Amino acid sequence: MVLNDSQMRQETAASDLAIELRGISKAFGPVQANKDISIRVRRGTIHGIVGENGAGKSTLMSILFGFYRADSGEIFINGKPTEIPDSESAIRAGIGMVFQHFKLVENFTVLENVILGAEDSGLLRPSLARARGLLKDLAREFELNVDPDALIEDLSVGHQQRVEILKALYREADILILDEPTGVLTPSEADHLFRILKGLKEQGKTIILITHKLREIMDVTDEVSVMRRGEMVATRVTAETSPTELAELMVGRKVLLRVEKPPAQPGAEVLRVESLRHVDSQGVERLRGISFGIRKGEILGIAGVSGNGQSELLEVLAGLREAEGKVLLDNEALPLSGAGCDGQARRARRIAHVPEDRQRRGLVMNFHAWENIALGYHHDPRYNPSPWRMNNAAILRDTTGKMEAFDVRPPDPQLKASGFSGGNQQKLVLAREIEYEPDLLLVGQPTRGVDIGAIEFIHQRLIRLRDAGAAVLLVSVELDEILALSDRIIVMFDGRIMGERMPDETNAQELGLMMAGMA
Amino acid sequence: MSSRGKIPHWADVTLVPLFSVALAFALSAVLIWAIGESPWQAVKLMVEGAFGSSYGWGYTLFYATNFIFTGLAVSVAFQARLFNIGGEGQALLGGLGVALICLYIPWPHWSVALIAASLGAALFGAAWAIIPGYLQAKRGSHIVITTIMFNFIAASLLGYILVNVLRVPGSQDPASPRFPSEVALPKLHEMLALVGIPFSTVPPVNIALLIAIGMCFMVWYMLWRTRLGYQIRAFGESEPAAQYAGISPARITIYVMLISGGLAGLMAVNAVMGEQQRLVMNAVEGAGFIGIAVALMGRNHPFGVFLAAILFGFLYQGGAELALWMSIPRELIVVIQALVILFTGALDNMVRMPIARVFARRKRAG
Repeated sequence: MVLNDSQMRQETAASDLAIELRGISKAFGPVQANKDISIRVRRGTIHGIVGENGAGKSTLMSILFGFYRADSGEIFINGKPTEIPDSESAIRAGIGMVFQHFKLVENFTVLENVILGAEDSGLLRPSLARARGLLKDLAREFELNVDPDALIEDLSVGHQQRVEILKALYREADILILDEPTGVLTPSEADHLFRILKGLKEQGKTIILITHKLREIMDVTDEVSVMRRGEMVATRVTAETSPTELAELMVGRKVLLRVEKPPAQPGAEVLRVESLRHVDSQGVERLRGISFGIRKGEILGIAGVSGNGQSELLEVLAGLREAEGKVLLDNEALPLSGAGCDGQARRARRIAHVPEDRQRRGLVMNFHAWENIALGYHHDPRYNPSPWRMNNAAILRDTTGKMEAFDVRPPDPQLKASGFSGGNQQKLVLAREIEYEPDLLLVGQPTRGVDIGAIEFIHQRLIRLRDAGAAVLLVSVELDEILALSDRIIVMFDGRIMGERMPDETNAQELGLMMAGMA
Repeated sequence: MSSRGKIPHWADVTLVPLFSVALAFALSAVLIWAIGESPWQAVKLMVEGAFGSSYGWGYTLFYATNFIFTGLAVSVAFQARLFNIGGEGQALLGGLGVALICLYIPWPHWSVALIAASLGAALFGAAWAIIPGYLQAKRGSHIVITTIMFNFIAASLLGYILVNVLRVPGSQDPASPRFPSEVALPKLHEMLALVGIPFSTVPPVNIALLIAIGMCFMVWYMLWRTRLGYQIRAFGESEPAAQYAGISPARITIYVMLISGGLAGLMAVNAVMGEQQRLVMNAVEGAGFIGIAVALMGRNHPFGVFLAAILFGFLYQGGAELALWMSIPRELIVVIQALVILFTGALDNMVRMPIARVFARRKRAG
C-alpha cells in the first residue's frame, strides 16, 4: 500500500496519540448528546475534560469505555482503529475507568475486589497471590497503599478510590479515565490523588480527568478540552489558558466566578442551638453536642467532608429527624421530637428548607413543576379554597410567576420535574422556598450538580435573601462555595464543631485541616 | 441518559395494554387450537355471548360493576404505593354490612335502603382494611402479608357468622335468609324501560352500576382535585419527599386503606344486595383478586379501571358462554383469564420495550 504525504504525516502524529476520536456522534432519542466530536489525547499526559452538566462528557467517556455505541465516528487507540462494543473490549484495549460512584463489593476485601472479573482460573488462590504481589509493587511506586485484606466497607472514601485505580492497573490499563474523582474527597485526599496521577503519568500512563472544578484542571492537567452542549468547543494547553477563559468557553458567555457580596448587616439572633445530639437509626451518634447561633441577615456556612454530621444537623433543624438538646427560634423552643417536629410545623415557624438531595427529598420527580411548587405548601389557604377542593389553577398561576422570577428553563409548569436539568430543578426548589420569604433558610449543597451559569444565579439569590434580613444556614462540601458565600464559617468533623472562622481570616488549607479533624 | 425505554404517555396507556391483551388472546387461540377446537369459533362465541345481545351485555356489565369497585380499591391504595390485595376479604365484610342492614332494619323503600347499605358496606370494608393499615403505619407489618391473611380471617369469620348467627333455622345451607322485597334494587332493564329502551330482564345488572361509575369520577376527583389526593400521590411517588413536605406517612397509610377498603366493601351492594338478595359464603367469587388485574391494566387510573373492568366482565361472561356451547373445559377458560392477567399485569415490560424501540427509531428517523 502506498501512502501519500499527508497520510504519512498523520500516521507519525498518530503514533504518539493514546486516544484519537474522530467525528463521534451519539443521540438519545431527540437529544444529541455528542455532536461530531474529535479529540486527540497525547500519550503520557493528563488531559482534562471540562464542561457543564449535560455537556456530554460522561456520554463521550461511556462510548470510549464501551457502555454506549456511537451512532457514527471512529475510535483510534494508540493509532489503531478500534471497535469498542462493550467494556470488555475497552479493558482489552488498555482502558481503565474510575467511576464517580465506585463499583466495589462492600463486603469483599480489597484483593477480592481487585481480581473480581479478572480471575486467572476457577481457583482464586493463584490470582489472589499474584494480585497481592502486584499491589505491593504499586503501593511502593505510586503511594497507592491500601491494606489488601481490609474490607471495602471499612475503608475511607479516598482509599476506596485507590482500590478502583488499582483495579484498573491490575487489568493493565494504559489509559485511565477518572470521572469527577474529587467530589467525595477532602482537599488533602485530593492532593494525594493528584500525586498518584502525576506518578502514573511519569510511568507513561495516559490519564483523562473529567471534572467541573477548574482549579484541579489548572493544577494537574497538561491539556484541557472544553465541551458545551454536546460539542467539543476548544482544546487548550493548560499552561496557556486561564480559569476565566475556560469558564467562558464552558458557558458560552462571561461568568462571574465569585459573586459580589456586600458586607453583612447581622441583626438579632434568630436561631440558637444548644448541645444538640442525634443518634441515627443504625445507632451511630451523628451529632455529639452541637452549639451555635445564627443572626438575621447573615449566612452561616458549615464546612466539612460529607458524612460528618452536617446532613443530619440540617435534617434535625428541618424537623425530619428527632434529636435531643435545645433549639430556640426567636427565643421560643422548637420541638425536636414527637408532635410539632415535622416539615409542616417547621414551615409554620417560617423555616424553609432546600434539601441536599433535591431529587429524593426536594422534588417529586414524577410530579409536574406546578405540583412540586405546592410540595410542603399544600396547606396554603391560597391553594385550598375549601377542604374539598385544591385550586390547581391558582397553583399553576403561582408556578408561572415563580418560574419566571427564578429563570427556570423551560418555563413550562406542566413539565415533570424529571424533565428539567439539575440546575433548573434546583431553581424550582429555591423558587418555592425563597419566595416563601422565610426567617431562616436551611440550604444543603445548593449547587451540587448545577452548571456554572446557574451557580452564579443561585448564589446571588441566597445573598439577596440574606440582605432582605433572613438568616441562611448553608451546608456545603464545596469549600469554594463556603468561602464565597459565608459571613461566618463553622467546620464540622465527626459530629462535632471543630471551630469557627471568618472567611477573610482563613483559607482553604486551614479549613481543610480542620475538616480532617487535625486542628 | 435514561431515555431508553421511554415512550409517550398516550402510548403507555393505550398501545401497551392493547398489545398485551392481543398477545394473551393469541396464546389462548393457540391453546384452544391445541385441544382441537376452533379458535375462530371460540372468539365468535365469546364476543357474541358477551356483547351480541342485551342479555350478554347485562351480564358483562354486572361483572364489570364488581370489578370497578375492587379495581378502584386496588388503584387508590396503589397511588400511595400500598399493595392492598385484601379486596376479597374487605368485600366479604362489606357483604356482611349489607346483610345486617337489609335484614335487621325495616326499610320503607329501596332508595333509603340503598344509601344505608352503601354506607354499611363501605364502613365494614373500611373497618376490615384499617387493621392492616394500622399495623403497617404503626408497626411496620407489611401490608401485602397482612391483607392477604385478612382474606382468610374474613372468610372464616363470615363462615362462623353465617352458620351460627344468620343461618335460616333448620336449613343446611350456610346462608342468610332472603332480604325483604322492599330492598330489592332496580335492575337495569327497569331503569331503561323508563326511557323506553328494551333490555333483557334476566341479567342481574342493577343500579349499583351507576354507583360504580360515580365512584370512578369521585376517586378521580379525590386524587387529582383535593389536598388529600395530592398528599396520597406525593406519598406514593416519593416517601422521602412526602416526609420533607410534612405529610405524615402513618396518617396517609391509614386514610388510604380506609378509602380502599370502603371501595372494596361497596362491591357487596352490587353482588349481595343487587344479585343474590341474601348473604352466601362465596359472595365475592374472586372479584377481589380480579381487582388487582383490573387496576394493573387500568394503570391505576379510574378511567382505565372502568375500561379494564369491562374487558374482564367480557372475559367472565364470554368465558361462561364458551363453556356452555363448546367442549372447552371450564378450567381452560380460567387459563385464558389468567393469561390476560399475566400479560397485562406481570409481563408489561415485555411489550413496552419493543414499543419503546419502535418509538426511538421513528424519532431518530423523523
